[in-house]
Order: sequence, then structure tokens, then C-alpha cells
Amino acid sequence: MTDDVEPPHPAEQVAPTHGVSQAAGVDLELQGEVEPVVRAQWQLFLRRFVHHKMAVLSIVVLVLLFVVCFGARWIAPFPKNHQDLLLGPVRPGRKHWFGTDELGRDQLSELLFAGQITLKIGVAVALISTLVGTALGALAGYFGRWADQLLMRLTDLFLVVPAIAILAIAIKKFGNHDSTIIFVLAALGWMYIARIVRAQVLSIKEKEFVDAARASGASNARIIVRHILPNTIGPIVVNATLGIAAAVVTESTLSFLGFGVQPPTTSWGRMLADAEGTVGTDKAYLIYFPGLFLLITILAVNYIGDGLRDAFDPQAKR
Amino acid sequence: MLTYVGRRILFSIPVLVIASFLLFGFVRATFDPTARLRSSRDPQTIQRARDELGLDKPLVIQYRDWATDFVRGDWGKSSRTNERVTAMIRRSLWATIQLIVWGVLISAIIAIAVGVYSAVRQYSIGDYLLTGASFAGLSMPPFWFGLIAIQFLAIYPRGWFNLAHPWFYFVGLHSTGSHSIGDYIRHLVLPVMTLTVQIVASWSRYERAAMLDALSADYVRTAKAKGLPPHKVIFRHAFRNALVPLVTVIALDAGALFGGLLITEKIFSVPGMGSLFLNSLLTGDAPVLVAWTVVTASFIIAFNLLADVLYGVLDPRIRYS
Repeated sequence: MTDDVEPPHPAEQVAPTHGVSQAAGVDLELQGEVEPVVRAQWQLFLRRFVHHKMAVLSIVVLVLLFVVCFGARWIAPFPKNHQDLLLGPVRPGRKHWFGTDELGRDQLSELLFAGQITLKIGVAVALISTLVGTALGALAGYFGRWADQLLMRLTDLFLVVPAIAILAIAIKKFGNHDSTIIFVLAALGWMYIARIVRAQVLSIKEKEFVDAARASGASNARIIVRHILPNTIGPIVVNATLGIAAAVVTESTLSFLGFGVQPPTTSWGRMLADAEGTVGTDKAYLIYFPGLFLLITILAVNYIGDGLRDAFDPQAKR
Repeated sequence: MLTYVGRRILFSIPVLVIASFLLFGFVRATFDPTARLRSSRDPQTIQRARDELGLDKPLVIQYRDWATDFVRGDWGKSSRTNERVTAMIRRSLWATIQLIVWGVLISAIIAIAVGVYSAVRQYSIGDYLLTGASFAGLSMPPFWFGLIAIQFLAIYPRGWFNLAHPWFYFVGLHSTGSHSIGDYIRHLVLPVMTLTVQIVASWSRYERAAMLDALSADYVRTAKAKGLPPHKVIFRHAFRNALVPLVTVIALDAGALFGGLLITEKIFSVPGMGSLFLNSLLTGDAPVLVAWTVVTASFIIAFNLLADVLYGVLDPRIRYS
């Protein structure tokens, strides 16, 4: 589905894959000419990304989801946690598209508000773990020696114990406020991206353009930020995207197991946990929609990650 | 090879020691083993329990005492049920192993079939459908799939077809008092299916990529050029080599499953390692939690090692030193 090997576009054959590094190397002398090269890269990237139809569709879906969830205050048919005890559970219908639960809460409205928490945690965790992971991975890869050893042994240690177990104990200890959950998920999430960035930096720091930069007097910080990291942007962005999906899955899993957000805060996983008891009853419609929203979100994020990977690295075959 | 395995086992001991020490400290800092005594007004009861458990000693000493007992096979007693931890873990492991064996077996067969088909018929409609399905499988929240499977495969059909018993059961691994194979299978289908959906998607993608790699290799071109029939080229030459990377991935993932069945076991009320962990965590059962993490960590380490060894056995070009 995603492995279409398109004949390379003529312009692509001219532009080398590592054009960004060239741009970074060029800026030693030709400051003025950097801009056009970078823009051409960006355009090529965009053209390849647009080829991935599912990825483009996924962006539309995801943007829509964000808009309806974070605009829920204006869009949702009922206010947050609006109970109607006399109404009770109602099957999905014209007035309540997704039905209502035992407390008479409109499920569509609840889903939109719960989506705020799920999406917020997903994006925040991916952002924080990418920033931390990139910084630590780059430092370990660039300076090597004990910093590298420390990073590798530390991540080895955490690979040995099921992550979900550590997370559940940690949330039990630190509490289940949503900012705490973000912190705990990010505290474990950065390791994966750190290992990827480290591996990239290890190979890139041996390239000639790094030697050239060093010879012309660039500081370590400048070499890392201006010359090495721009070349690892592909894997970083792809993994940051996939990190959103991973964080959404982990948060909803924890919520489903009872260690995630607590009422009155809800997330999609939490709604599923609350509805678990309706399996086998006539209120089973309560489990359909939170899971469907989760599936759509994760699917969309994964497709975007896939499209980004294809766009960043057209030669990669999988 | 033997010295390599021996050295790897030696190296994994410090990892286990450090990991278990950190978890020991973490669990100690999170749960108070005397919490259930707090209701008794007599402060001496609590103090006596603290002395008995050695809670006032430094953490390192506590860990040393615990580790000495642990190595000798005395894993203590659950603070929830007062049962021996060794017995609880052994019983839970047995239930989990059944799920893992069936889940891994069925997933591997499906993944290999799907992967090989997709690679041989690359870009066919079947390939598109299967890769699309595995993408959906990768994105499927496993707990949702489990609930939907119960609803649509066990509960609804019973109403549609007016069955006295549902096709599949969704509580435990066998009915009380029943030991028939049929009963066992009807309990296994849904949890194993939930497990399979979680893992088959990534394995089939892996196998497809490996098979594509193999099909474009020189020795396959040679085999085709000398006039072998296509099925011989595919199964004798390409398939065997495409199996090597998948086997190591299966070994790695299988190790991780020993602790990672929390969702499947919770939904289907299977009394395995996942359920044991959840119950212990909810009740703050520190002795079980620490033992649980050490056991699952050992399984992960052992299967990582197995993956490396298998890789060397299956691919003689790999030499370990």
C-alpha cells in the first residue's frame, strides 16, 4: 500500500538526498545561496509526501479531529458532563448520535471532550520525549565515552522490564493528574528516540563536512545543532509522529487498566474502561465509539508517519 | 558459541541485580507493607511488623536480605493472600505460557503466510488488502478489539442463532469441572485472537520485507536462470532465507509477552502473570511485585539471548566472539 516505487522525478535525481547537509556545509562561505537550496529540498519533500494519498487523507482527518475536540465547547451538542438522569441510557439515534450512558450523558459530546485529554497527552508526550531524546541521544553519540555508556546501559535496563508495569507503578506513586501522566510517559518515552538519534550521530560525525566545520573553527555546539542534527531530521520527525500514536495507545491502555486519568477527567481509554461492563448487555453501543475514535486517530498518525518516512527517504524500501 | 552464551549469561546477572534493586527501592518507596495494619490502633503491632520485615534498616541491607532469600528460593509470602509467592508465580506463569504458546504459534503461521504471499504477489490487490489490514491491525487498540470480539463473536451470535451456549467463552481458560479439549479450545479462541491481532500485523510486515529482500537476491536470480520452477525458487531458495530475520523477531517479542499480556488477561479473566501484576499493584502487594518484575525481566533477557543464538545458528555467516 505504501511501497509504491515511483519512478524518480527528474528533479529528484539532480538533488542529492543529503541536500540539507550540503546546505549546512555551504553556509560557511555562501550565506546568500543557502535559501534556494533549502526551499527546493522542502518542495521535493512535499511533492513526495503528497504522493502518499493515505497520509494526506490522514492529515485532513487528524486536523478535523483536533478541531472538533478542542472546539468541543462550541461544537458539542451538549455541555461537558451534562447529566440527564431521567433520560438514562438511550441507543444511538437522531438526537444523540452515539447514544447516552446510564447518567444520560450524550456520548458524542463526552467523546469530543475526552478527546482533548487523549490528544493533549499524545502530542505532549511525543514532543517532550522527542526533545529530551534528541538532546541526550546527540550528546551521547557526539561525545561518546562515558556519556554514551551511561545512555546505553540505562536504556538497556529499562528494556528489560515491561514498560507498562513501570508506568503503572509510577502513576500509582506520583498520582494520576494528566500532567503527571504526561511526565511519566515522557520519562520512559525518550529512550527510544535517544537510541535512534545516537546511532545517526555516530555515523554522521565521521563525515567530511563535520571535519570541515571543525577545521573552520565551529564549536561543538554549533557542529551538533547546525551540521549534524539537520541530517537526522528525517528519523526524528518520523519517530516523533509515531510517538504520538504510541503515547495515545499507552495512555488509553493505562486508563483502561485503571491507572490513567481519573474522573471527572476522561479520555477515550477511560471511557472504554467505564463502558467495559456493558459488553453483553443492550448498552454495548457504549464501547463502539471511544475505540473507533482511538483506532482512527492511531491509524491516521501511523499513516502520516509512513508518508513522512517515504518523503524523507525515497530510496528506503520496506 | 558456548563461551559466547556463557559470557552473555554472566553479563546479564549485573543487569538483573541493578534492575531488581531499582525496582525493589521503587516498590518500597511506593507501597507500605504495613498499610493493612494501620487500622489496628496499637502502634506496637505496626512496629513489630516493621521489625519483622526489617523496614527500618537501610535500603541496601533490606535488598541484600531480600536477594539472599530470593536466590535461595525463598521468595516470601504475598501480603495480600499470605500465599507463597513462588506458588503464585508458578501458577500464573502456566496460564500465561498457554496463551503465549498458542498465540505465538498461530501468529507466526499467519504472519509467514501473509508475508510470503504479499511479497510474491507484490502490488497485487491481495497484497494491498493484506498490507492495509496489517496497518489497521498495528493501529488497533487491543483492549477495544477484545471487547468487540466478545460482543460480536460470543454474545450476538448466541442471540442470532438461538444457541444454548455461546460459540466461544470469554472467562478463564476452562469451565469449572470441565477438562475436555473442546471446552479448552472454546475458551482459548477469543484471547488468542486478541493476542494475535496485536502481534501478527508487525510480524507479517517484517516477513514481507524479508521475503522481498530475498526475492531480489542474486542466488534467487541464479535459481530462476537455471530454470527451476517458480515454486521451488520461492520455497527452496527465498523462503528459507526470509525466515531467519523473522525467527529472531519472534523470539524477542515472545520474551516481552511474559509480562505484557495485561490487557488480554484482564478482559478474558485469565489468571496469568498480567492479572497477578494488576492485582498485586492494586493491593500494594510488594513481595509479589518485586518477584514478578525479576521473573519477567529474566524471561526478556533469556529470550533476547535466544534470539541472538538462533540468529547465529540459522545464519552461519554470523560469528560471535
